[in-house]
Amino acid sequence: MSDRALLEGSEAIARAAVASGCRFFTGYPMTPFTELLEHMASLLPEVDGICMNAESELEAVGMAWGAATTGHLAATGSTGQGLSLMQESLAEITNARLPLVVFNMARGQGDYFQATRGGGHGDYRHIVLAPMDVPEAVELTRLAFELASQWRTPVMVLGDYYLAHTYQAVSVPSIEGAAPEVPDWALNGSSGGSGSAKIISPLGGGVEGEEGFDLGAHYSACAAHIQEMSVGVDPLIDIGFCEDAELVVAAYGSVGKFVRYACLRLRDAGHRVGYIRPITLWPFPSQAVHDAVASAAKVAVYEQNMGQMVEDVRLATLGAVPVEFIGGPSWDHSGFGIGPDINVPDISERILEALT
Amino acid sequence: MSDERIYLSTDSPPTEPAALVDDFTPSLITQANHHLCPGCGEPIAIRAAMEAIEELELAQSTITVFGIGCYTAFAHNLDVEVVQALHGRAPSVATGIKRMLPDGFVMTVQGDGDMVNEGLQEVLHAAARGENITCLLLNNGVFGETGGQMTTTTTLGQRTKTSIEGRDPHQHGHPILLSDLAATMDGAAYVARCAVNNAGNVARTKRYITRAYESQMAGAGFSLVEILTMCPTGWFVDTLEGPDYLQDTLAPVHNIGELKTP
Repeated sequence: MSDRALLEGSEAIARAAVASGCRFFTGYPMTPFTELLEHMASLLPEVDGICMNAESELEAVGMAWGAATTGHLAATGSTGQGLSLMQESLAEITNARLPLVVFNMARGQGDYFQATRGGGHGDYRHIVLAPMDVPEAVELTRLAFELASQWRTPVMVLGDYYLAHTYQAVSVPSIEGAAPEVPDWALNGSSGGSGSAKIISPLGGGVEGEEGFDLGAHYSACAAHIQEMSVGVDPLIDIGFCEDAELVVAAYGSVGKFVRYACLRLRDAGHRVGYIRPITLWPFPSQAVHDAVASAAKVAVYEQNMGQMVEDVRLATLGAVPVEFIGGPSWDHSGFGIGPDINVPDISERILEALT
Repeated sequence: MSDERIYLSTDSPPTEPAALVDDFTPSLITQANHHLCPGCGEPIAIRAAMEAIEELELAQSTITVFGIGCYTAFAHNLDVEVVQALHGRAPSVATGIKRMLPDGFVMTVQGDGDMVNEGLQEVLHAAARGENITCLLLNNGVFGETGGQMTTTTTLGQRTKTSIEGRDPHQHGHPILLSDLAATMDGAAYVARCAVNNAGNVARTKRYITRAYESQMAGAGFSLVEILTMCPTGWFVDTLEGPDYLQDTLAPVHNIGELKTP
């Protein structure tokens, strides 16, 4: 059961996480991520969960790593800056095949590459979900925990200042349900003394010095798993007005919601513009993007950065249609990613410019 | 494991060099063969750690978190549950495990490069929080796995590949005495330092490890046992000189004994 209420994005996401079965959360305060940590700190004790105010991002991700090995759903997060500190562990957690949900309440849209290219050392990707607003964030938070468990891999929810701090009416996720059962692979100590005690390692299993412990084989298996996810995870995308569009505008996240609205208004004014809003940033919905822009004369990509997702749009369209970047960094004095350019008239002007 | 054990006579001086006394392998070590160098102290420390788990009947509730160093090879040779962590990060990983499994027995195995260089803040924060885990520090005062470079616990005057004329405080700074530091933390319940360079010290090591485990099982808070281990390869001394080198170089600085008890 759930009731509608006006909730801050951070609280809605925290409630969705707990409702999804998250029982361990840890983080280090940093704007605009801080409130998510605060809400988890107040919610988790209600369900006998643990929330830790870690001494650093390095320790936060380590604690989440440990909690994940016990098979309980764990999550952590930060802003892109804090996530930079976590990347070493996130890369290894991926190779250890552990489920983990990671929230990036980013400062602006500069973290697209960090989120979608793995972010740390080695050869891996994370599933990345980019909600445009609070209700969608609630749904995608649930999906993030499902995908993390299903694929035994870190899944990132990529939000921003707007998502974390906007109050919006949502169906309040009920946190009363039971957490999912602990999976068989999880550790609890009980396999000790059996002759084949469990090990969870980013270096793989097997016995050192015996056949079976093979780092190269493990890394190859990890790569195969990433490949499997790249085709096995359903790509999500929001598409509008593309059938007869001369110009298709691509954008993601909160900024994508502004672009979507600008396109809606421009349609009302008779302009043949459509929009695409990738929701899974990895796997990128390449086929859907390719198909959506098939009859357009041009694609314009609006991001508040120097042009990052534009590369994925170009790869998806493979030169079939010109792809123009119409975004750019936009900062106010705070540096928290509250771009003065995030307004519909400004975005509409850029779209019209690209249309001519 | 051989049923036939050889006992040395003690009523007369030995007539031949010391030989294998007992090839008994603790039941929680699945494979006695390892790739560590002759004269290494780490297998002795890990053996003591596993024997203590067995004796306290903790095998079926133990999760051991390994750092990265030569000892990491043993992560795959034990019959207790293992989580392999990154260099320096084991105390945080152990924290996440212990918080979710408060009735479990959770320990870390780390070297001086891992715990005192890369992970100093992690172990000290865990100690300050009174995290109810046990950390084992295998301290040989040198980076063994990478071939003999200086660590933060390298003693003054000690020669390494990155302090060729000996550690000079003006150039390389002073060693960190980790156990002494951890013992100052209010959250630390049991802190002790021992060594594995002779039979007496090996027995003491096992005694201290057992006390640390008991302290965790009693819920007393953070426990740390620092074990000075031989690394003849990383020290560039003959294998047989390892125990004496430890006694002369590490032990006078990193003093052996219990530093804090519950």
